[in-house]
This record gives sequence, structure tokens and C-alpha cells, in this order.
Amino acid sequence: MLDKLNDIEKSALESLDAITDQAALDAWRISTLGRSSPLMSVFAEFGKLSKEEKPVIGVAANRVKVALEAALAERAQAVKNAALAKSLEEEKLDVTLPGRTKHIGRLHPSTQQLRRVLAILAEMGFQVYTSREVETDEMNFQMLNFPLHHPARDMQDTFFVEAGDRGDNPILMRTHTSPGQIRAMREAVATNPQNPPPIRIALPGMCFRYEQITARSEIQFNQVEGLAVGKNITFADLKGTIADFVRRMFGEGARLRFRASYFPFTEPSAEVDVECFVCGGKGCQVCKNSGWLEILGCGMVHPVVLQNGGYDPKIYSGFAWGMGPERQLMLRNKINDIRYFWGNDVRFLEQF
Amino acid sequence: MKIPLSWLKDFIDIDGLSVEDIARKLTLAGMEVDEILYAGLEMPTYKEGEKHEFKTNGIAWDKEKIFVAEIREVKAHPNADKLTLLDLFDGQQGQIVLTGAPNIFHLKGTGKLEKPIKVAYAKEGSILYDGHVEGQQLMTLKRAKIRGVDSYSMVCSEKELGITDESDGIIILDDDALVGMPLADYIGDAVLDISIVPNMARNANVIGIARELAALTGRELKQPKIELKTSGDSVEGLVEIEITNSELNPRFVAGLIRNVEIKPSPYQIQRRLKLAGIRAINNIVDASNYAMIELGQPLHAFDYDVLKERAGKNKIKITTRTAKDGETLTTLDGVKRKLTSMNVLVCDEKGSLSLAGVMGGSESEVYDASKEVLDAKGIETKADETPQGKITSRGKSTVNILLEGAAWNFINIRRTAKQHNLPSEASFRFSRGVHPAVAEQGVKRGLQYMAAWAGGAVAPGLVDVYPLKPKDSIVELTSHDVKKLLGIDLTLKEIAALLERLEFKCEVKDTKLIVTAPSHRMDIDEGVVGLADVLEEVARGYGYDNIPVTTMADALPPQVGNPVHEWEEHLRDLLIAFGLQEVATYRMTSVEKESRVAKYDEYVRIANPIAPEKSVLRRSLVASVLDVLEKNIRLGESISLFEIGSIFEPVKNDLPNEPRKLAIAMTGLREATAWDVKDSSKLDFYDLKGRIELTLSGLRLTDVSYTASESTPYLHPGKAAEVKVNGQVMGVFGELHPLVKEKYELGDASRPVLVAEFDLELLRKATPTYGIVPVSEFPPVYEDIAIIVDESVLAEEIEALIKQTGGKIVTNVRLFDVYRDEKIGAGKKSLAYSLTYQAEKTMTDADAAAIRNKIVKRLEKEVGAKLRG
Repeated sequence: MLDKLNDIEKSALESLDAITDQAALDAWRISTLGRSSPLMSVFAEFGKLSKEEKPVIGVAANRVKVALEAALAERAQAVKNAALAKSLEEEKLDVTLPGRTKHIGRLHPSTQQLRRVLAILAEMGFQVYTSREVETDEMNFQMLNFPLHHPARDMQDTFFVEAGDRGDNPILMRTHTSPGQIRAMREAVATNPQNPPPIRIALPGMCFRYEQITARSEIQFNQVEGLAVGKNITFADLKGTIADFVRRMFGEGARLRFRASYFPFTEPSAEVDVECFVCGGKGCQVCKNSGWLEILGCGMVHPVVLQNGGYDPKIYSGFAWGMGPERQLMLRNKINDIRYFWGNDVRFLEQF
Repeated sequence: MKIPLSWLKDFIDIDGLSVEDIARKLTLAGMEVDEILYAGLEMPTYKEGEKHEFKTNGIAWDKEKIFVAEIREVKAHPNADKLTLLDLFDGQQGQIVLTGAPNIFHLKGTGKLEKPIKVAYAKEGSILYDGHVEGQQLMTLKRAKIRGVDSYSMVCSEKELGITDESDGIIILDDDALVGMPLADYIGDAVLDISIVPNMARNANVIGIARELAALTGRELKQPKIELKTSGDSVEGLVEIEITNSELNPRFVAGLIRNVEIKPSPYQIQRRLKLAGIRAINNIVDASNYAMIELGQPLHAFDYDVLKERAGKNKIKITTRTAKDGETLTTLDGVKRKLTSMNVLVCDEKGSLSLAGVMGGSESEVYDASKEVLDAKGIETKADETPQGKITSRGKSTVNILLEGAAWNFINIRRTAKQHNLPSEASFRFSRGVHPAVAEQGVKRGLQYMAAWAGGAVAPGLVDVYPLKPKDSIVELTSHDVKKLLGIDLTLKEIAALLERLEFKCEVKDTKLIVTAPSHRMDIDEGVVGLADVLEEVARGYGYDNIPVTTMADALPPQVGNPVHEWEEHLRDLLIAFGLQEVATYRMTSVEKESRVAKYDEYVRIANPIAPEKSVLRRSLVASVLDVLEKNIRLGESISLFEIGSIFEPVKNDLPNEPRKLAIAMTGLREATAWDVKDSSKLDFYDLKGRIELTLSGLRLTDVSYTASESTPYLHPGKAAEVKVNGQVMGVFGELHPLVKEKYELGDASRPVLVAEFDLELLRKATPTYGIVPVSEFPPVYEDIAIIVDESVLAEEIEALIKQTGGKIVTNVRLFDVYRDEKIGAGKKSLAYSLTYQAEKTMTDADAAAIRNKIVKRLEKEVGAKLRG
């Protein structure tokens, strides 16, 4: 009997070793450990054994059963592992196939840059003020200290609008957002004519210049101006404010310089250059080998402008600066053709 | 304004300053150097990675290879008729040099020259510009055999040395050139190309720049020495001047020089003029141009004998007056110009002579019989092309010259120059302002140079009529003013020191500084403006870089934000989240372009459009986005765009209205395709509607309704809807009308094109609803019902009935299917809804059934609905 048990165990283990799939494993379990298996028949015939044989055979039969069950469990695990390994192998993807995409929307690059600029300005206390795009000569020029026929007007070639004969006050496309300076000052004065409040505003918007459309010049562009008016505002404050802005906009290390310049609506006036961030000032195509990039014009608000806005220049002073979001983007992204902005080719827009 | 360094050195000692030092100082003080052009002087060398400072161009002349030499004989070339062989001495030895220069060709075979010709001579290995190609291309001079003769060196032209862009012949140097001297030491130069801003017109000349540089470096300005030897009768007895409007002509100065001989100017003068961007013409024209570039006073030379002849027996009388409307003058460019009463003329008793400050008339111009009829401003006309036969018939070169130096009203000159489109060196200066004080100095300087270069005798005296002498501005300022505007602490003495360097007169009176502007300045006002003008000079003198950097101490105004702007930005965010690409287009368009989608009678028209397709301001934002859609139609399977911006509604003779609009255009595939996604369903009405619903809900607008609309001409009458919020129409949307679509190149005709247009002010003013529906802890019950109704019943009505009947319990009604077939019957449709029931308890099926039955009964009663089995 013991021999029979040993044979059962031996042959069962041998056949188990050859099994590689779940179905065979199930068949093995039935044939080896099932009710009608030889091993089970030993248990079934247990009662027929002699008193002496019972304990010996009982122990032996139990040992074989436990051993075979353990072997089965181990084999089952191995089979499962092998099957998993196989299926993992079979499920392998070509990870270089392109992902499924979506039709998505993006903001126009000018909007994106305007937001960057306005976000920085907002944190510095400059709040957005917008005004109209078609203006009178008076608001666009005369109030801003560009007298009629003054040569300073050559700096801003202008589109005029047909509006009958309006004498010295024709209607035109604003050449800068600065008419908003006058409008904003007058609105502020109206709130408290005796003691007009201080002003800190950012003036974004589309401006227009009479130019031929080329890679370098456009008939329309966005501008953002900053304006601060108060009782204690100095050129040194202007420098500090610009420095803060430039640091935020162009990075911690951006070196800048103030050059004397001329704008009719500021005095003293300056142009601000930032060290070329493309070449680090070593000279490149973008900075035309000068190492500097002209990024904004600024100055102390001209007394005539303060006066026209309703602020007494003997009491109040202020500063203003203006810059172009498209130009900033062109410098930063090495865009060599300004026509991309209003060209609206989706292949350009998708890159922002 | 181009300033040769050698010229600047006439007025300031620049020892110890490099070209770049000078350029930097000027740039920071407001005279921006755009470019430095080297014409001989050593150029700065930058090592790899070293900082550049200025845009730099030109060449240095190698002192070991390029010298002054002299031509001793011009011999024929044995094998070439058009070439000559020069017998040349380079200071050390004789050389044979080959040349094809036309300007010495006439000397070929004339034997040994009586007076050798001084030239610029370059040896093998010199780096020069190639004289035989278009533009400026560097080349290294190499040994070559030309028509059998060895050539290893050359005599240079101005183009080869980088003095001018083109030239026809070799340079013939002045007699003072020392043979054997390196050319760079003799005439090596560098040119600063400086932008002159409008309030620095005073510096559009050499002495102006020298004065600024002197102030910036604390060096001395060497004033020009003007000494005239005079003889003969005084000009005062010969010429009378009358100014009829002193506002337009504050001063008129005239001087006379007799017996000049017109010929080329000395080479040094020609070279400086050319480097300054002025053509060299002859000694007379050059003298007036040279004096202008040097001092800033434009001069005008008249042929004195022509004036005398016109005057007959009378004394010459020059009158300045405004033109009569319709009066004409033939300017020396040959154009007969029709004048207006704004133009100022210089006239004699017989009629007009010149368009004051802008351009001379042809009749009285200086005439060089040997060459051409010339203009004092350097514009020339070939004699045989001269419009007026009379001049060429004069036959004799000018010998006596009346030289005008006048002051004109800058605004008037600017208008005249613009009106007649006559930009010139003179009108550039006059239209920015030339101080009347400079007129006398200018005329004297011009006469001095004419006498030096053309011989002749200057007549004693000047005719000087000066009816409107400008007052030198006086400004009072204090240390406090400086502190208040510039943020720097300076004593009155320190302020005075800065200003005096620019020739301001300063006087300390108690705590005040009384500042008088120098008499060449027209840009300094008085009062509060004058104060700003002077403070700017203080800041420039102090150096912008030296002014500290501070944080504003002034009160921060109340922070109020800008709700309108913020709302628009929020709207943009919503639209891009729903897959729409933002675009930004030109405000200027054409009626033709817009009329494809919308026709308007009135437009805001541009008076000076750059092109016909940019001649009006847009009235339709839909037209703008459709243009972009059309442009991109082949660039993607699906294009969905929006723009937010102004349109322009004309108001007669006044500013237009500029309402803000939103326009959307979409076409193409609903889903992005991929290698395994081939769904090609096309965007249609409901895709656009869905985005509009999401957008309005993002704006927290709840009372929204949609009504079929046939009133928008560009939309398909059966696929268009008006959007109402709180009962007010905010916009329209739908599918583009087939006839409108035909007018665009929109590719695949089977793809619907969807457009929408909203008025942003209305939308922004619609009252939003805030707050949320609480999220219940109890599970909702979902149930689908399908009903059959007549085609005429609108989805909107059914939804409203379900919501009304279900009350609070029905928290969501979603239509998920619309179905039609024969079984349902003709004229009928099946609508399937998914309902969400939610109560503040766990709902049973019986609870749900009770509500459902109520809803079905209501629908049966109100719209004849039948529950579908």
C-alpha cells in the first residue's frame, strides 16, 4: 500500500511538472485529487485496512495529499505567472505611435503677452484703463503737447478718418494709448476737483500708424502704457518702477540703461534698453550687434499734459512709459516678421 | 545726421576718447548713435564672446599697405585701349600700376606730368571693398596678370576705401598729402550716424554735437574762427531786403562775393561732405553745404548777375512774402509748383525767386557752364535736360554770388515741405527750427569758404533785416524743484555748473537760480514748461545713470480694478476652454470684403488708406473671423475661431461708436482624428449651440432662451437662432447661408460653417445668477422616458413641462435621443429624456414612478404626447 502511495505521488508530481496551462492543471487536480482519483480511493478504502495498517497508511496518505496540494498550489502560481508574463508580452504597445489629440483653443499670442504685462502691473498697483481707438486730433495730439503741424508729429505717421471739415480737430486712428492718459486724469479730477486723487493705471490697447506693412512695420499694434500721477513722484521713482517691471518681465539678471530721448508728452524723457537676452549683450542679429534692445520709452509727464488732464503741475508730477507687447514677444521668441500677428495663420497661433 | 570724427575734431579735442567712448556718451545724453562707420581709422576688435556696443560697419586702412603715392606719368597699356599704366612713386620706390580709372584717362600718353597727381595707393594684401561689384563686398588685393601685365597693387577709388557706396574714378588727393604717409594717418576717419530727435534740432550739425560732447566731457568747445577779408563796394548799398511777415521770416541776412571761379572743392572738403551724406558738386555749392553741416544754418546762393539783370536800373530789392493762391514757381528740379497762401516766397521786383527754406527757383540758381545747372542743396539737372532753355542760354558760369541765410517759421516750413513733398537737408533743419541768431554766422562762414575755395572777394558788410529777435528764455529754479522732479539733491552751484557747460547763463539769487537760455536754443520755454525744459538739461548733464533708483513713496490710489476688462478676459478663458482659437485681425478692411457677409451703407472711411483693401473700419466682426477661417481652411481638419474686439459704427462728422463684439466661426470635424479614430462627423449647429450654452453658463447667465430666427441675412433661415438672456436679444448664431458660403473659398461644401455674433456690452450687463444647488447625500435615481409628439412641438416646451411638473425633485432633464421612423408615424418624432430624481431621502422606485406618471399625464394633456413602449 505504501508503495502504491509512493507511486501515486511520484507519477502525479511527474505529470504536474509537464503542465503549463490552467486547463491541464484543472484536469490534473481532478485526476490526482478528485473524488475518483487513486489517492482518494486509498482514503475511501481506509476502512478495509487492518488495525495495524491504518495509522501507517493514514499518515502516509495524508502526507501525499498535502504534498500534492502544495505542489499544485506552487504549480498554479507558476502557471499564472507564466500566463501573465505572456499576456504582458503580447499586450506590448508601440509607444512611439502618436497620442490621440483634441481640437483645442488658445489665446492669441498678443493677448497672452498683454496678460503677462498687465498681471505684473496689477501687482504694482497699476489698474487697467481702456479707451477708444478712434480719436480726435485734440485728444491724440494737442492735449499731449503735440501742437498742430509740430515736427514731433513726424514721429507718429497717422491715419486720418473722413469726417467732413473739422478744421484743426480732425478724427484719426489713435497712434498711441496716451489719449487715455488725458481721459483718465479728467475722470479722476471730476471725482474730487479740489484735491484730485493720485493715479496709477495701465493703458492697454490697439494703436495705429501709417506705415507700409513689412516684416518690420505694421499698421496696427498693441501698446501698454503705465501712468502714475501724484504729489511726490520723481524721475528716481520712474527708474525704480521700470527696474521692478523689467526684472519681473525679463528676469532677475536683466541689466538696463536709461538713455535721454524725446517724447512730446514727457520731460525729461528716456528710452530704456535692456541688455540683449538673446546673446547676453555679446552682439547678435536681434540686437543688431549693439548688445542692447530698446524695450520702452518713458519720462516725467510733461507739465502741459498734467495741466490738460486737470492736475496742477506746480503741485503734481508723474511719470509714464509705453511699450509694445508684440515687440516683446518678437524679441523673446525670435519672431522675425511682425506680420504673423494679424496674419492669424493657425500654424503660427498654435505655437503659443 | 552723419558726423565725421575728423570734422568734430575741428571743434573739440578728443584725445584719449575712443570712437566708442564718444558714441556712448552721446547716446546716453539723447543723441543716439545708430551706427559707427569706419572709413580708415582702426576698428575695435571684439574677441569671441566679448560685448559689442554699437552697430559697426566699414573698414580700417592697413597702415603697412595703404599709402599716399604720386602718379608721375600715365602710360598706355600695350594690350588694352581702356587701361592705362601708371608710373607711380610710393615714397620709397617707383611702381607700375594698372588702372582703368576714367578720371585720369585724358592724361594717357601726355608724357611726364608737370605736377604729379597724389593718390591713395594700396599694396598686395590690402583689404578693400571690391570696386567692380554692386554693393559693398570685402576683398583682399591679390597679385594678378591683367592683359599680360603683372598687377600687384592698385590706386583706389572712394568705393574701394569705403568712403562712398559708388564712385567713378580714383581719388585725387589734395596737394598737401605727403607721399609715403599711411593713408589712415592722413584721412582715416570714422562717422557717427546720429538720430536727431525733434527737440534737439540744434544739434543737427557738427558744432552742436561738439558742444554737447564738450559739456559731457568737461572739455572746451573751440568756437569757429570767422574772419573775412573784404573789398569793393559794400553789399548794403546794392541790395535791399523787405520782410512782410516777421512771424514767418524773423530774419534775413545776405552777403556778396565777387569773381568766384567755379571748380571742384579741395578733396578733403569733398570727402567730409560725402561722409556726411552730402554730394560734392562744386566749390560754391559745397561751401554753402559745408557751412550748413558745420553750423546748422542752411544757405541759399543766388546768381547776383541774374538778380541785377532782373532789377534793371533799380537797386535789387528782395521781398519775402506769402504766395498768392494759385501762384506758380518752377523749382530747380524742373517742377512747376502751384503754391498756396501758406507758402513763403523769396521774391524780387520781377517775381518769385525761391520757395523759402525749401527749394530754390531754377532761374536765379548758381550756374556752372562747364557742367550742369546746380542747386545749392545738391540736386542737379543735366544742362540739356533743363526745363528752362533760358538758363543754359546764360552760357556763362556764375561769378558773383549773393548768399542768403534766413530764419523761417519751422511749422510753416514743415507744412510747405510736406505739401510739395520736398524733403531736403535745408527743409529738414528749417522744419525743426533753426535759431535766427545763427543766420549771420552762417552767411559769414559760407562766404569765408567760398573765398577760400573759389577765390573771389567778399564785399564788405551784410544786409541784415532782423525784425523779430527771439527773447532768450529765463527760468527760475530751486534745489527743491530739482529734488521734487528728479529725486536728486543738488546745490544751486552744482546745478549752475551743469547748465553752464551747455552755455546757459546762471545767476544765484537767494535760494533761486536764475537761468538764461543760450541764444541758439529754441527748445527752452519759460514758466512751468521752461522749468521742465531746464530740469531735463540738468538730468542729462547729471547723467540718467547717476540718478538713484527709488520706490514710489506716493500714496497708492484706491485699487478698483477694471470689471469690464476682467469680464472680457474671463469670457476669453471660457471660449478657449471650449476649443475655440482666439484670433486678432485688422480693424481696417474693405467694403467689398465685408459685403460678402454683411452690407452696410455707411462706413468709417480712412482718408489716407495704405491700400484699397484697408480703406474702411470694419463694421462686422463676423466678416473678420470668416476671413481668417477662409485663410486657414486647408490648414486643419477642424477650425474653430473667435475674436473679441471693436467694430466701428459711423456718426456723421463725429467720433464713431465702438461697440465691443464677439464673433465665432467654426467648421470641420467634430472630433480630432487619429490613426485609429476615423469618425468624420462634421461640426453642425448643435456643436456651436453647445459651446454657446457652456459659455453663457460660465458667465453665470441662467435665464437663457433660444428662438428660431430668419432675420439674419447671412444665416441659413432654418438653422439660425437668436439668443435671449432675461428676455433680451444678445446675439445670433447658426449655419452660414448657402449663398454667403459660396462667396468664400471654404473647401468641402458639405461641411456646415457655423457663425455666431454677440454684443458684449449687452451680455456683460445681463444679470448673472450666483449660488449653487446643494449636493445631496442621498443617492439620485435615474430614469429614461421616451415620448412621441408631433413634429411641431419644440424640445424647449417639453423640457419646460417636465421641469414644471417634476418640481424640485427633478434636478436634471437631458435629451439624449431624437428619433423618427415609419412605426412612429409621419409627422411625429420620438424624444428620449434622461431624468434625474433627487430628494432629501432615499427614493424608492415607487416614488420615482409616481412622479413619472404625473409628468407623462401632463405631457399627454398639454402636447398630446404618448409614452413610447
